[in-house]
Amino acid sequence: MSINHPSAPFVGAIERSPKISLIGTLAMLIEAPGDFDMVQQGRVWALADALSSWPNVQEAVIGVTNVLLIFERPPDDVGVLSASIVELWYCLPSRKADGKLIEIPVVYGGEHGFDLPALASRAGLSERDVIRIHSDGEYTVCAVASSPGFGYLHGLDPRIYMPRKSVPSLNMSAGSVTIGGMQTGVAVLTSPNGWNAIGWASVAMFDPQRTEPSLMLPGDRVRFRIDRIEL
Amino acid sequence: MIKILTSHAFNTIQDQGRNGARRLGVSTSGAMDPVALEAGNALLGNDRDAAGIEIQTFPFRLRFEADTTFALTGADHDATLAGATVPSWWCRRAKAGDILSIGAPRRGARVYVTFGGGIDVPLVLGSRSTHLRARFGGLEGRALQAGDVVPVGGTQFEAADRLDFGVEPPDVAIAGSGQSEDRALRVRVMRAGEYDLFSEPMQATFWSTTWKISARSDRGGYRLTGGKLTLDEPVEMRSHGLVAGVVQVPPAGEPIIQMSDANTAGGYPKMAAVIQADLWRLGQAAPGSLVVFGEVSYQDAVAAMTPVNDYLARLRATADLYRTL
Repeated sequence: MSINHPSAPFVGAIERSPKISLIGTLAMLIEAPGDFDMVQQGRVWALADALSSWPNVQEAVIGVTNVLLIFERPPDDVGVLSASIVELWYCLPSRKADGKLIEIPVVYGGEHGFDLPALASRAGLSERDVIRIHSDGEYTVCAVASSPGFGYLHGLDPRIYMPRKSVPSLNMSAGSVTIGGMQTGVAVLTSPNGWNAIGWASVAMFDPQRTEPSLMLPGDRVRFRIDRIEL
Repeated sequence: MIKILTSHAFNTIQDQGRNGARRLGVSTSGAMDPVALEAGNALLGNDRDAAGIEIQTFPFRLRFEADTTFALTGADHDATLAGATVPSWWCRRAKAGDILSIGAPRRGARVYVTFGGGIDVPLVLGSRSTHLRARFGGLEGRALQAGDVVPVGGTQFEAADRLDFGVEPPDVAIAGSGQSEDRALRVRVMRAGEYDLFSEPMQATFWSTTWKISARSDRGGYRLTGGKLTLDEPVEMRSHGLVAGVVQVPPAGEPIIQMSDANTAGGYPKMAAVIQADLWRLGQAAPGSLVVFGEVSYQDAVAAMTPVNDYLARLRATADLYRTL
């Protein structure tokens, strides 16, 4: 039986099972059912933590309400493996955002926060209000992906949501504090970037030589502190 | 030591890739044709994951600063050592001062040079592969350029060892490899997560189209042209982890195959995934060349690695024997 067809074992009428699909012979994607929320994300963290120590699992890569397993070699029996993962999904408690608290001082506005005026104008707020709202929030690292050490931060106040740009800014600096849709984050590489820059932080987000290379890990909490405002 | 004399853009130090750090947002990098790199290492008796140079722009020239064994694998090309021809898929011993010149491939896209003992740059997160975007690994995290001095590990073999022989390349040695009748590369894939969301005509288009690898293709991914794959209803995907070989379909409808430098995450619908046994062939497909997809089951995809592994094991055994004769 192909596991890319829904198998839906009977587990009760309340919740659908995760969708499990293969990407080739060495990767398996497990997607939580339902809408995005932090409880489901916490279950994904717990699942990834547990699956990381399973035999033949090279790593468990956390996404947004999903986890990608990378295998050392193709699993012998994909059906049995999928069933075990579904079983684990139902019995694991959701993990709380119980990681460390990271405080990031931000220079808001100025040279690096070049999208702040547009964001304020779209939100119908003053630039100072945007800064206050952003720095008042407490955020949770949902996933680390896309660039080394880049944390997707959940918890942005809906008043300052701002869609990603259709044409990316060409050379956004590493350290740029950005808003992309309903998420915020700190750019870790100087590169083209479609998120909206509202400030800059001088924190080393990623260092491959450190024992723990990534400052942010899934489940950590982040607060942005106003270091300076340049309007 | 070797000194780089001529190197145009995008020639980098690569090994079998940086595994285990996707969860930190770190792409694997690694050779686009891992079979060629591993074969080059096997010819010299190196570990399979020793680092070599991946050359994808030509000509490339280097000078040996000490007596060093080396091997040339990957795309079929012309090369000379101190003016004398060196065939592809061949290993030889260079003397200090010898210049190795590598010309553009006749077929294929990437040539690998490996050295006895491997390239001795520091491991970063367990790998010597260059991560160009994050600027670490390889030589200072960047592409090679003229004037660079690259440390290579000492050759483990006595000077009396024979080191002037070659092997059959895998596209000749492995049955079922190579071009289909219309000169397109036939690549085996498995269906992936969103295959069933595409209508039957769209699925049929995916299988029947001879896709062209566009000029906007690189180590990050191949963009394909020649057809459009659209969904009847757009689907909202959440960002998830990616691996090399996944065939994604962005809203514009032209598929993208992620390759070695692929981002660690993405969220386009996934039509299929190129099987491991054919990824190296795709790694040798140049922009402008043609690809057709054929479907295989999971079992067939797993079994397809046996001839590849057998080929590499046979090559290593032969090379080990030949060096001691």
